[in-house]
Amino acid sequence: MHKPRMSGRETTLSDHPSKGGNALQAILEKNHFNPTRLVQILREVQDREGWLSEITLTDIAQGLSLPISRVRSTANFYSFFYTRPVGQYRVLFSDNITDRMQGSTQLFEHMLARLKLTENQTSADGAVSVARTSCTGMCDQGPAMLVNNRAVTRLTPRRVDEICDLIKAGLPLSSWPNYYFKIENNIRRRDVLLSANWDPGEALRAAIARGPQGMLNELKLSNLRGRGGAGFTTAIKWEAARTAPGTARYVVCNADEGEPGTFKDRVLLQRYPGHVFEGMTIAGYVIGAAKGFLYLRGEYSYLLEALEAHLDGLRRSNLLGQNICGVEGFNFDIEIHMGAGAYICGEETALIESLEGKPGKPRIRPPFPVTYGYLGQPTTVNNVETLCKTLEIAINGGAEYAGQGTKQSTGTKILSVSGDVELPGIYEYPFGVKVSQILEDCGARDVQAVQVSGAAGICLSPREFGRRIAFEDVPTAGSFMVFGPKRDMFEMARNFAHFFAHESCGFCTPCRVGTSIISNIMDKIAAGHGTQYEMNELGRLTNVIRGSAHCGLGTASCNAIADTVQKFRATYEAKIRPVDFEPSFDLDKALAKTRAVAGRDDADAHLETSVGAH
Amino acid sequence: MTDIANTLTIDGRTISFEPGQTIMQAALAAGVFMPHLCYNPEFKPHGSCKLCTVTVNGRPQSACTIAAMPGQEIQSDTPELNGRRRVLLQMLFVEGHHFCPGCEKSGNCQLQALGYEMEMLSPHFSHFFPDRGVDATHPDVMIDFGRCIMCELCVQASRDVDGKNVFALAGRGLASHVVVNSPSGKLGDSALEVTDKAVEVCPVGAILRKRVGFAVPIGERIYDHDPISVKALEPDEA
Repeated sequence: MHKPRMSGRETTLSDHPSKGGNALQAILEKNHFNPTRLVQILREVQDREGWLSEITLTDIAQGLSLPISRVRSTANFYSFFYTRPVGQYRVLFSDNITDRMQGSTQLFEHMLARLKLTENQTSADGAVSVARTSCTGMCDQGPAMLVNNRAVTRLTPRRVDEICDLIKAGLPLSSWPNYYFKIENNIRRRDVLLSANWDPGEALRAAIARGPQGMLNELKLSNLRGRGGAGFTTAIKWEAARTAPGTARYVVCNADEGEPGTFKDRVLLQRYPGHVFEGMTIAGYVIGAAKGFLYLRGEYSYLLEALEAHLDGLRRSNLLGQNICGVEGFNFDIEIHMGAGAYICGEETALIESLEGKPGKPRIRPPFPVTYGYLGQPTTVNNVETLCKTLEIAINGGAEYAGQGTKQSTGTKILSVSGDVELPGIYEYPFGVKVSQILEDCGARDVQAVQVSGAAGICLSPREFGRRIAFEDVPTAGSFMVFGPKRDMFEMARNFAHFFAHESCGFCTPCRVGTSIISNIMDKIAAGHGTQYEMNELGRLTNVIRGSAHCGLGTASCNAIADTVQKFRATYEAKIRPVDFEPSFDLDKALAKTRAVAGRDDADAHLETSVGAH
Repeated sequence: MTDIANTLTIDGRTISFEPGQTIMQAALAAGVFMPHLCYNPEFKPHGSCKLCTVTVNGRPQSACTIAAMPGQEIQSDTPELNGRRRVLLQMLFVEGHHFCPGCEKSGNCQLQALGYEMEMLSPHFSHFFPDRGVDATHPDVMIDFGRCIMCELCVQASRDVDGKNVFALAGRGLASHVVVNSPSGKLGDSALEVTDKAVEVCPVGAILRKRVGFAVPIGERIYDHDPISVKALEPDEA
């Protein structure tokens, strides 16, 4: 029986091998047979075929004159590429701690039960598979899921039931109710950036009037620092990329917003795409680049069409293309690259690797992208919000910009507020705002903890709520997750431990192996088998991983555990057993297969001594 | 250009270096051993095993990838750093299948030799027991994927020396694994030859030549008489 495709297309490449060859050829042609576009090609082919078979990968390798191993290497790296058949409806539940706080675990189990599936299993008719994925950036309107990469928000038991019915009926996504896919902006507090009403091109013309060096000088005056978390001074980055030797220069906008709890870039891209593209164009003007890439995380693919349309509009009004705004020789255009489910691609060198069609593994630094970036050329990689902020500087000048915020952290910062609050959403504040102020504004009461800057960030306890959001105090990429009095902070740390084990790129030993060992230890404690021994192990492993991991993902992977052990130790102690040691090996669990063969799962089929048997 | 001497200190000992050298290169040239697995002097540093992590002016850095600079104060052979190395080795041991008594590489294996060097007495952590399989389809070479430590030396050697691109690393995180460049994904269908550099370069027992097992008996192997800290400094030894 033939089931309709989710995309609404009635055929697949594999259904019609001869046509399939043509379709693949068309995709390769559209991508100019360019191996650097491999991630894009794999995504486009998979959109048609549903998954990437070995035959398809071989055809792609031949078409691009690449070794098949290279194509396998890339296809195997990204979570959203499937080298085994998956359901025609691929359901992925967002598994951030905020989704869990909104009841996603129960919904997930409910859906599995209704469809009579286990996690990651594809139904016998090939129609559906259900699994979990890292935070999809819908924390203010969760729990959320992705169905064939389309975000569905505000899940309820009823909505999950409806979705099960739609899947069973085989209805394509295009016939599902529109409101399932509605994504709110939820802008709650506006400051300079979110209340600006600039005309398209206004900031770019202002930058052109200042000249590349003049704009750079204003940028220096402004002391604008990167909004992606690291806080590197933008002017230094741009100047280095402008002056480094190279045959071409590139501007990259990092829209791989994967930090759990962050969604401000999604709102900027949905509500203010013109600001983002104009910021990229200003960057191109200053550093002398002719090409820019927007690297958009795969979870936000719903934005792609609108963004492409916006780019077309900019080209028509000569805000992109040749001799932009009538400036002779100022040529700049923007290409959108989609990610495919890899948190690590938010790291700028991993992102560049991905742009080149490779697995997103962080490079050895130095050299830094400003001298050796995309294709080995000078490249500036900036966060979505950072680029938007350059518009303010172009229009108002650096001095005015620097008047807001604190001395070391100038301007405003957009926060993504979620968790136990009345008004989740986007809040723009001048840097230096107190955590307590934000909590008051978003309607948070009896707060137990705030996790600032995502899984890699810092966990604040109430005694720290007087601290300020600023690079010199509590730095943040924007995530601000609030935990009410009944939440178990151990569960947050455990959720993040799983997140890092899942997202580790696997390049270096401490992160590849260490994050999985830690995640297993956290599971052991959660199951009631932990002792003081495990607590000591967490401390020891944290020290090793922080002291030897290759990139920021690795070094930050133990932050939440270290913070919660220090500040919320009682929750750990309530779980650990007062014995010296308990083995990891669970005899009762090991007998699961035997029970399955015997068709039994009653109490007598379990070992009495097992602590885990409930 | 500058009159600052090209010297740095490692654990308090002053050594000279040539501009352009990494800390690892400078150390080895000066007769100072720094534990390493993915680093091979013949190849571009990979920087993934992290065994060579030292502190440079107090900051942790991979000695194999960081440039030697005048005046750097480097700590390497300290109880704390060696303690970290021991944990990293234990991680590598439990990540794959490294059962030395049953491995043909025993005595020639750098992972094993470093285990001894760092006084690793047990794997400590729970084993992951990955199911990565064995590929024995090639007439002269076999690969036991369970012993791979993701150093990518075979990838580099095949690409840059043999000009064949036989190997690549695929997967992510703990599921990382080597893949073979052939339509079937099998070694037997690839362009690999037993004389390839890629076969020789494996620091562990993942890639092995067939029919030469135990030609050199246990007891007469590379690390049987002298530890790796001595062997690595001998001019003809990688």
